[in-house]
Amino acid sequence: MSQNLNMPPWVVWTLVALLFGFILFGILTVKRSNGIKRSFFASPYTLWMVLFTIVPCLLIAYYSFTDPNGAFTLDNFKNFWDSNYSVNQLYAQMGPEYSVLIQRGTVNIDILVYSLWMALLCTGICLALGYPAAYFMADRQIKIGSTLVVLFIIPMWMNFLLRTVAWMTLLEDQGLINTLLKFLGFHSAQLMYNDGAVLLGMVYNFLPFMVFPIYTSLTKMDSRLLEAAQDLGANHFHTFWRVTMPLSIPGVISGITMVFMPSVTTFFIPRILGGGNTMMFGDLIENRFLTEGNWNVGSALSLIMMILILISLSILRKADPEGEGGGIV
Amino acid sequence: MKKLAKRSYLALMLLFLYTPIAVLILQSFNAGKSRAKWEGLSLHWYAELFRDQAIMKALYVTLTIAVIAAAAATVLGTLAAIGIHAMRKRPQAVMMTMTNLPMTMPDIVTGISLMILFTFSKIERGYVTMLLAHITFNTPYVILSVLPKLKQMNKHTYEAALDLGASPSYALLHVILPEISPGVITGLLLAFTLSLDDFVISYFTTSPMVQNLSTLIYSKARIGIEPTLNALSALMFLALLALLLVVNRRASKTAKA
Amino acid sequence: MRKSLTCMLLLLLTLCLPMASLAEEVVNVYNWEDYISQESLDMFTQETGITVNLMNFTTNEDMLVKVRNSPSSFDVVFPSDYCIERMIAEGLIAPIDFTKVPNMQYIDANLLKPSYDPTGEYSVPYMWGTVGILYNKTMVTEPVTSWGILFDKKYTNNVFMIDSIRDCLGVTLKYLGYSMNTRDPLQLNEAKQLLIQQKKDGIVKAYQVDETKDKMVAGEAALALVWSGDAQYAIDLNPDLAYVVPQEGSNIWVDGMVIPKAAKNPENALKFIDFMCRPDIAKINCEEIWYSSPNTEAIKLMGDSYINNLTMNPTQDIIDRCEFFKDIQDFIQIYNAMWLEIKSA
Repeated sequence: MSQNLNMPPWVVWTLVALLFGFILFGILTVKRSNGIKRSFFASPYTLWMVLFTIVPCLLIAYYSFTDPNGAFTLDNFKNFWDSNYSVNQLYAQMGPEYSVLIQRGTVNIDILVYSLWMALLCTGICLALGYPAAYFMADRQIKIGSTLVVLFIIPMWMNFLLRTVAWMTLLEDQGLINTLLKFLGFHSAQLMYNDGAVLLGMVYNFLPFMVFPIYTSLTKMDSRLLEAAQDLGANHFHTFWRVTMPLSIPGVISGITMVFMPSVTTFFIPRILGGGNTMMFGDLIENRFLTEGNWNVGSALSLIMMILILISLSILRKADPEGEGGGIV
Repeated sequence: MKKLAKRSYLALMLLFLYTPIAVLILQSFNAGKSRAKWEGLSLHWYAELFRDQAIMKALYVTLTIAVIAAAAATVLGTLAAIGIHAMRKRPQAVMMTMTNLPMTMPDIVTGISLMILFTFSKIERGYVTMLLAHITFNTPYVILSVLPKLKQMNKHTYEAALDLGASPSYALLHVILPEISPGVITGLLLAFTLSLDDFVISYFTTSPMVQNLSTLIYSKARIGIEPTLNALSALMFLALLALLLVVNRRASKTAKA
Repeated sequence: MRKSLTCMLLLLLTLCLPMASLAEEVVNVYNWEDYISQESLDMFTQETGITVNLMNFTTNEDMLVKVRNSPSSFDVVFPSDYCIERMIAEGLIAPIDFTKVPNMQYIDANLLKPSYDPTGEYSVPYMWGTVGILYNKTMVTEPVTSWGILFDKKYTNNVFMIDSIRDCLGVTLKYLGYSMNTRDPLQLNEAKQLLIQQKKDGIVKAYQVDETKDKMVAGEAALALVWSGDAQYAIDLNPDLAYVVPQEGSNIWVDGMVIPKAAKNPENALKFIDFMCRPDIAKINCEEIWYSSPNTEAIKLMGDSYINNLTMNPTQDIIDRCEFFKDIQDFIQIYNAMWLEIKSA
């Protein structure tokens, strides 16, 4: 399938118009506001963002709604819903004896659902493991809390590809864990090439992103509130449930945001630890673009993914309206 | 008893986090090439590391791109943050949405959209495109690091400086900048770190000719990681540790002073 | 503060200057992973002074997309037969000036005007081989003669398949008695169902490309679908392994060297191709990567160790039951859709 790299003139003109619009907007802002010189400083950045963020997004939208010849079409989205859509049309053209093959393909939907499910699992596990960790680290009784946080962050600085590959060494059939198991007299287990391994890899990579925001929001909490609660007669559990946990919610939300989104779109981990057996949405998009060379369907898939993520983020934002979450975002 | 439980939980966590890293580092001392067989201690791979052209080139690319992208992003982002801070509510909200957008976009979509952009504008992918991509995704993080500092700063400092006879550029460089410098430094370091470790965006915006460490590792990961790469990460780990210790010492020194 | 800042920036910029000094002679080679001997590249640089930039790809489809998108990035590319057919049709590659490639005389005459390159002017054969089953004799006690063994539930979780559309679908089609280049969707559908069943039954351990040979050496699986060179490499390291081309027939393929039209260093590319056809160099490459050589002189140099090796030098009846892949043009859509269905099953 040859690529359509020539855009009709109307698209080019629209983009140029948008560019001018933004520059005009910048100028108007300058003219109207008080800090004249200062707000102007943002214009190089504005230009950059328009060029390298807005325009690419528009290009994705463009490719989603066109076919390889540049004509407007909704076929790409139909291909999302029914992955055999264009293929079925081919069968129909080829003759009646092939009509038996015409059936709806759910490849894209299946993979999307699978990715969402894995991301949910990963986020859940990270939360279950990470919250206690953050809680214990923020506990004033454990004096080396801040050192521990640094220790948690250091692995993040090592290349995540190498760390994932290191898991291969551990999980392989002849790998270290199985060697240990055999040494202890147990049967060797199939630890790789399955969902579990992929989940493990994901949790391993994203756990610090969950721990850090929760820890930050827990340490920001005023400890006198805890004392006050205890003075008022609450026991440990009550104190936790009624005081600590609600105050840590912004951190939890931040953590969930920072873990869920990358989990849905990860594509390296399933490939290395899943052995090509498990295809996730990131793999699918990469496959469409780089293996199949089908930019139109690939863009449609990317658009759908972006919309899904925007929806889930806005839901999460509702739970933390002031954005006090302790993370970076 | 409770303390013990808490401590052991944390210890287990740390074990979980560091086992692969320990494996990585141990592998770098393995005299043999295979991942599963241990053939004795050797520093052979460390020597090989410096002779391996591909790795050295990739390291060079990674470091230069990280440095340049971080510097450019910091300049661009700091200016932008100052500008955004001085805007009125409505334009400010628009700018903040635009700043948050790339961070909410999954990196695969960012990478692909940039790939589309470069192919469409017939710019051949390579070093330059990778650099542009890195600056693009770094800048929002710089802005988000600098803005809080700007918000903490006294609103009237700038005007006071102007009243006292300073020119706008002098006020900017010598009044505002020192106040927000912690935020700027944080942004710079953050951008540098992100660039160093980036894989997905680099994967889509570069050509097979120009590889950074992450894309190199990816292409080797499918065949078999040579221990030279393990040696490299062991060295980087050590460098990191040393850096953190130095920073820690400095921080405690200034705290005492 | 200002001074030290500007000093730092200047220092950083000077660090980046070396990137600009690429005035030396280079040739950009885009090849399969592990498919050329470093020694031969070093010898090339020594004798001609041209530096070789080697870049790697794992499947034909990946390579095709990269060449389409950055056509001037590469001077020499090593595509497979059907891919060469495709590249000729799309006008991506240029005819080769054979006056500059005198070592062509050593290439087997049978391979000079192949079906994928009828005029023979667009490509120079590099290596050829077959696709077959690599199996571990200690884990597989019955004789291996048919593709069916890859679908046998006895070997649940003990089979590696190639993560490549045409190879997997191709061998399954052969097993069912159809052509590897079929355009009949009903036949393809049968093959697809068989592969989906294979995956659902858990017979396949993993779909991978280059990892297979080392993993078979380590004994991670009993059977694997492999290319002949990977098989020879593995057998060399682990004598428990053996290779066979099943009786239903298989794929025979040729990888050739081509020069993209937009190549930046076409002269160096021609020198490179010529160098690779030199018998002693062809011998070095062949002995390093274990595939079959199209170079008659190199075969003479390698002698009996090559001629008697069935994996590298299959007999005529094996060759006769093998098929070349042909370019199936737009039909690849259907193959793609089916492959995705298989991978997500």
